[in-house]
Amino acid sequence: MDGLIVSLLNGLSYGLLLFMLSSGLTLIFSMMGIINFAHASFYMLGAYAAHAVAGALSPALATGAAFWVALFIAPVLVGLAGAAVERLALRRLRGRGHVAELLFTFALAMIIAELVQLAWGRSAVPYRMPAAWGEALFSLGGHAFPVHRLVVALAAGLMLAGLWWGLTRTRTGLVVRAALSHPDMAQALGHDVPRVFMLVFGAGCLLAGMAGAIGGSVFVTEPGMAQALGPIVFVVTVVGGLGSLAGAFWASLLIGLLQTLAVGSAWSLAAPASWLGAADAARALADWPLSRVAPVLPYLLMVAVLAWRPRGLMGVRET
Amino acid sequence: MSPRPEGRPFLACVAVGLAVLALAPLCFGSGFQLGLMSQMCAMALFALSYNLLLGQTGMLSFGHAVYAGLGGYAVIHLLRGMDGGSFVYPTVLLPVAGGLAGAGFAALIGYPTTRRGGTPFAMISLAIGELVHAAAGMLPAWFGGEGGLAADRTAGPAFVAGLWPGWTLGPDVHVYYLTAAWTAACTLAIHALGRTPLLKLANAVRDNPQRVAFIGYDPHRVRYLMLILSGFFAGVAGGLMALNLEIASADSLGALRSGMVLLAVVVGGSGLFLGPVAGAVVVTFFSVELSRHTGAWQLYLGLAFAAVVLVLPGGLAGGLRDAARLVARGQSREWLGARIWTILGALAACAGLSLAIELAYGRVHDAGGPAAVPWFGVMLDPFAPLPWSAAGALAVLGAAGVFLGRGRGRPVPTPERCDV
Repeated sequence: MDGLIVSLLNGLSYGLLLFMLSSGLTLIFSMMGIINFAHASFYMLGAYAAHAVAGALSPALATGAAFWVALFIAPVLVGLAGAAVERLALRRLRGRGHVAELLFTFALAMIIAELVQLAWGRSAVPYRMPAAWGEALFSLGGHAFPVHRLVVALAAGLMLAGLWWGLTRTRTGLVVRAALSHPDMAQALGHDVPRVFMLVFGAGCLLAGMAGAIGGSVFVTEPGMAQALGPIVFVVTVVGGLGSLAGAFWASLLIGLLQTLAVGSAWSLAAPASWLGAADAARALADWPLSRVAPVLPYLLMVAVLAWRPRGLMGVRET
Repeated sequence: MSPRPEGRPFLACVAVGLAVLALAPLCFGSGFQLGLMSQMCAMALFALSYNLLLGQTGMLSFGHAVYAGLGGYAVIHLLRGMDGGSFVYPTVLLPVAGGLAGAGFAALIGYPTTRRGGTPFAMISLAIGELVHAAAGMLPAWFGGEGGLAADRTAGPAFVAGLWPGWTLGPDVHVYYLTAAWTAACTLAIHALGRTPLLKLANAVRDNPQRVAFIGYDPHRVRYLMLILSGFFAGVAGGLMALNLEIASADSLGALRSGMVLLAVVVGGSGLFLGPVAGAVVVTFFSVELSRHTGAWQLYLGLAFAAVVLVLPGGLAGGLRDAARLVARGQSREWLGARIWTILGALAACAGLSLAIELAYGRVHDAGGPAAVPWFGVMLDPFAPLPWSAAGALAVLGAAGVFLGRGRGRPVPTPERCDV
């Protein structure tokens, strides 16, 4: 029971990290209609940028202080890079439809993956969280819950609150929402809609960079990290419903919990099969505990959701 | 939208194409060259099958390698079965089995996934690709795990036992002719498909699905049928690749392979029938040649991909068509004159970029080896300031050229909107 509670908490924390990524992707999609294929690459850039900034600052500051400063500088750098990508390339492609934009972000993901290897090599870099984060916050029946899980949850919670506040309580947020639903009208009223688009794209990349600066230190910072997380983030946004921030939130938690619980589970379909009296099937299924099929569960969930409800859990529109 | 060669010019094109395929081994006869040409042919067929989705139906797929990869696995499993002596099947017909595997899988998963086109289909296809790739890793008995499954392509008779015993499919040239024949036959079949009502409907679904639904056709069904057709030809291509390499691995199902075929189609141009073929030949050739000369070849491929998306909406084939129109109208000189500075600047900037990439690559990846980087025949020291300043100077020159060329020349033939 205690182990289950800690697993649940771990799943929630992983789900919140997924939400930090999927929120930016959803924000960009609902605003501009672009599926940013390079989103996970900006997550990776965030981790590497934080590593580089922390490395550059470490002679001047204590290691802990350098880490904290990097945690705030790196996302800003990534956000600026995202805004530059929007300004220099995506804006030129807007008139040609979404497929061209999608293809460009796909090419960008390839380029970023190669540039990262060019700058930092092919193996993992030693970008580690402060030692204090690795200690157990509390233990339940011998199952430790480390501090960094709480940090991830807090950062995601702060980000969610900030996003909500910015979008619903500020004048900029008002313009952003106006440009989201009626871009032509907002433009006619004198708002610079292309600049709003640049801002939103940069902000989405900033969120991804923040997730990377935290996630890279907790997990591992290596050139394959974008490829490892990218498809999962897309599954989250599709399951939650393209363009729905609330859907992305619930889908992130669902998939975070699903993956974390399945990895530690020895449960298989054998038990139900033996109740039904199919002994041979039960023996065959006993070889396939949930932990073994964990990697494909998010994709199976996505196919199931699409068959049952094509626009996702909370999606409002289809394209 | 895409002008098709009809009548006599069409027959002339077919004759020239067949002659090139038949005579190529006389000029390029080494094992490496034959292997490369077989790879190009199979990739060209793969790209054509992909264009049935992207160019004809407007369906962007990020998991097309699944159909080709499963076709490859079907061929390898049949060969292994024949090696075990359980049955006999003519090897030249193996690609059909690959095609049936691809079409069968498309029929299995296609119905729910083709419900919508556009961005939702793109993301679903990505997830299906990841699903199959992950599942392949979990089922080593069927997919061979990390190393993949190997087979002997001479395990069965090439045709029927006793007929043309000299043709064993052992030598590279036999495999090349098999691949070329299948590619030519499938290319003609795909071209003939272009005249069927289904393809016309697919084009209509690409341009305006709502209107197609309004006049009484079901866009979902059209997409589904197109996915099955495309899966069939992809499976044939995958079977040919597997016969050529005598191995099928989980990588052949993965995102990298899906990305390569997308790259080939976009670089070649999806708006013209032969665009994907041109793209497949160019991309295969450059990835093999570049990877022999520089470790940064994937970066160059990515940059070329981005540049084509930004600058050449119609791909290489579309660019060639526009150039031919300019020449036919006699405007080529005027066009070139207006853009000469931009072009020179872009060339200088590209040279500077590639120099910087090579130097950086030498610094990071060969740090323990000899500190010399080859760049167009010159050996450079990546740690010396001179080559780096040369790269910087080229970049500044390029920027100056692009700046000089700004605003000159009116927008001469605006390329037509890409057909997707």
